[in-house]
Amino acid sequence: MVLGADASFLNPDKVLLLVVLAATCVCIVGSMLAARAGSVPRIRRIAGLEAVEEAVGRATEMGRPILFVPGIQDMDNPMTVAGITVLSRVAGTAAQYDATLDVPVSRSLVMQAARESVQAAALQAGQPDWYDPERIRYITDEQFGYAAYAAGAMARDKPAACFYMGCFFAESLILAENGNAIGAIQIAGTAETAQLPFFVASCDYTLIGEEFFAASAYLSGAPDQLGTLRGQDIAKALIALALAAGVVMATFEAFSPATVTDSAVEVAP
Amino acid sequence: MSRSIALLICLVGGLTMLVSPFLPMATGWANDVTDWFNILAAMAFVLGGGSLLKVQLMRLSARGPGWGYSAVTLLAFAVTLWVGLGKVGVVADPSAPMVPWSGKPDDEGSAFWWIYLYVMTPITSTLFAVLAFYVASAAFRAFRAKNLEATLLLATAFVILLGRTFAGVVLTGWLPDWASGLRLENLAVTIMDVFNTAGNRAIIIGIALGVASTGIRLLLGLDRSYLGGDA
Repeated sequence: MVLGADASFLNPDKVLLLVVLAATCVCIVGSMLAARAGSVPRIRRIAGLEAVEEAVGRATEMGRPILFVPGIQDMDNPMTVAGITVLSRVAGTAAQYDATLDVPVSRSLVMQAARESVQAAALQAGQPDWYDPERIRYITDEQFGYAAYAAGAMARDKPAACFYMGCFFAESLILAENGNAIGAIQIAGTAETAQLPFFVASCDYTLIGEEFFAASAYLSGAPDQLGTLRGQDIAKALIALALAAGVVMATFEAFSPATVTDSAVEVAP
Repeated sequence: MSRSIALLICLVGGLTMLVSPFLPMATGWANDVTDWFNILAAMAFVLGGGSLLKVQLMRLSARGPGWGYSAVTLLAFAVTLWVGLGKVGVVADPSAPMVPWSGKPDDEGSAFWWIYLYVMTPITSTLFAVLAFYVASAAFRAFRAKNLEATLLLATAFVILLGRTFAGVVLTGWLPDWASGLRLENLAVTIMDVFNTAGNRAIIIGIALGVASTGIRLLLGLDRSYLGGDA
């Protein structure tokens, strides 16, 4: 690619965003290195993730399957990737308990990733024969076609535990309400803010936004992964400080004599 | 070895997408990465179709419960594939009128277009419409005043419901101008613009940081569970 004489190396409109991103990355990587050096943070208990084992155990006791829905988006969506990481942990637990795990997917690439992930989890659990690729199957890319299949599968197979981890849109409520109707224990996780109220209303546990992205690190328990969560919190504290400073400055600016005088002049006839 | 290559691809692709908004020279690279992803997704679609066929054929041959649905699925799959690939009913594109297949498979008047408009769309609309009943049942369960938080939720929901309908105007329209902020339609706007927006923004900031953190874990190869873990 040849750059013209007027082309700049850096997009001037995005410099501030770059600074914020760089600061966030420094916080996260710094905390990760600190955790690797021994300063492992303590993570608060996330009820939805603590309940994974309980849900799998319940399904095993009842002799009914577990349904895992990794959302309806492809692998280029961070929520789908986060959902697949949770799937690997759920699959590991299910393999240990020898419970049946069904994973209908709406994207072919997700099917491949989910198969790889579940197979590896079964191997790690020492149950390679437990893995059945036909249980992770492609249904359709069509949003409501997929929701119709999942709802039908719930009505037919009556899974004892349902996991909804990924990116969801309007189908979220169809899935969660059907799961609720069959009395399944339901754990959902998404970063789609418009769908969160539906999951909260219909599911037993809901991982809200960042909790969902923290699930992988939380479940792995690996120090460097847990360290990234502390980095996230440090970045959040810095953003909160910047917001508070912005609010204070905007308030002062609004009530400063110059602003008040200007307003009066504008209002005066 | 294959896992290392996958991680390398993830690193290169991820970094390219990361720097593209900031470096104008990298915009083309990001488009290339997106194109590669689309090509991969298209190739994987064959695997998806294969999986669908295999599962439905197995169910059909086993005559298990619901095998009739599998038959319908297979029939619909075959017909749609045939009319799509065969461009059944496609009108020639004006730029190449001598070539009967030059039109797009989903052009108006084609069989594929007909299936989409008169089969797919009504079914999808029906399922979407069913959502209204699911919303009602979920709301009924969520709005039980079991404790203080649930009572607050119930009260807020009532204000929003009434404020977004004509009932709100009828019930509180008599309030004088100096108390207009207490009119239900104005209260609903305040709740949505102030409380709801504030809560939403807090969640969105957390999500943005969560995505950044997940991205770093993936790029550095700390989290490999999407590749099948460390096994």
